[in-house]
Amino acid sequence: MESGCHPLNPITITAQGLSKNFNRRAIFKDVSFTLSSPASLSITGKNGAGKSTLSKIIAGLISSTRGSLTYSIDGNQTGIEEFKHHIGFVSPYLNLYDEFTALENLQILSRIRTASRQQNERIKELLTLVGLWDRRDDFVGTFSSGMKQRLKYAFALLHNPEVLILDEPTSNLDADGIEVIKKIILEQKKRNILVIATNDKEEATWCTQQTPIGAKQHPGI
Amino acid sequence: MNVMVSIWAVVSKDIRSELRTRYALNALLMFVVTSVATILFALREDEVSTDVLSGMFWVVIFFSAMSGLSRIFVSEEERGTAMTLQLVASPSEVYFGKLIFNCGLTLVLSSAVTVLYLVVFPAFIIKSAVVFLMTILLGSLGFASSATIIAAIIAKANTKGTLYPVLSFPILIPLLMTVMKSTTRALDGDSVTAALSDFQILVSYVMIMIAGSSLLFDYVWKD
Repeated sequence: MESGCHPLNPITITAQGLSKNFNRRAIFKDVSFTLSSPASLSITGKNGAGKSTLSKIIAGLISSTRGSLTYSIDGNQTGIEEFKHHIGFVSPYLNLYDEFTALENLQILSRIRTASRQQNERIKELLTLVGLWDRRDDFVGTFSSGMKQRLKYAFALLHNPEVLILDEPTSNLDADGIEVIKKIILEQKKRNILVIATNDKEEATWCTQQTPIGAKQHPGI
Repeated sequence: MNVMVSIWAVVSKDIRSELRTRYALNALLMFVVTSVATILFALREDEVSTDVLSGMFWVVIFFSAMSGLSRIFVSEEERGTAMTLQLVASPSEVYFGKLIFNCGLTLVLSSAVTVLYLVVFPAFIIKSAVVFLMTILLGSLGFASSATIIAAIIAKANTKGTLYPVLSFPILIPLLMTVMKSTTRALDGDSVTAALSDFQILVSYVMIMIAGSSLLFDYVWKD
């Protein structure tokens, strides 16, 4: 697998005092960390601790209630809309389009993201990597949950992201799928930034830093 | 340039998706056919004024649009693909892509209602084609511009179905009043000059809605 396309551009993500409330309930508070490539961080905690929420905040999909999150490339601070082009995200809450085939999904999303048609080789490479090249013309609606999870990895890696955020990285995957994901993770954390949100102890050990979040650490409002 | 390509890619994705799923198209066309048929049965051979005809014309478009245009965002939220779209496109690319798609859909809807009215209502005679075409064009743009931002707002709410017409009606009142008046002018054979003030209101409405929506959309879309 190819590594990031800008391995020489150091990327830094700095979180300071991140907190998230849903209505009046505090999900987590005062989460701080700094990640400079190469780096890997696992977010751990019990069910409902806010692991998925924190991973969405890091990916710029939702905002935090308090605290700040800054992204910089080569020492230059960047806004989240610009930085999103450097993020790959896999999550159980993220779905691809059932009415399109695996190939169409990647082509369409790649075209929206990069406004470029020159992605066919990369798409073939990734669909082969995740073992879906033979099923490329099947509608995603007919895929099993494990196949959909594999396709999400192909989507996340399509633009060679320097930051890969994985929420429950091995959910629904069989043994072969997990091996493929381990290779992807190993390659990613060598040069780039990897963030894993998990409650699986083994998956948490794949990262060098750990941030436990949840009620025990943050006892209420 | 890249922004335009991305916007067009969003539009193209929605057109392909709509042609395969028929999420909005079926709802719109069924509503148009049933409501026009009901009006036809109610009126029978009665002679109705151009005021009433133009009013009923836009009532059909209003309720049909309410049943179909919200799908553009609701289907993304319900299927969990909104997050995927957030990752690949900026809020403005998504907004303008969805707006263009909704404009196209409303124009198809308005054209279908026009054809049906011309066929089933003998009194529906367009005497001023330019005024009518301008009204349809600006009215569709107005409907689409307000429907798109309201759809984005209600897609995040729990009571999607009921909230859409409730939120839309007060916002669409100035538009509805103007397009009904302008359509009456087209049926009565008034000149473009006579309808100019209506067109000015419609253009202003579209501009205000699009400018306001593009500023607001970032906040609606993200959380």
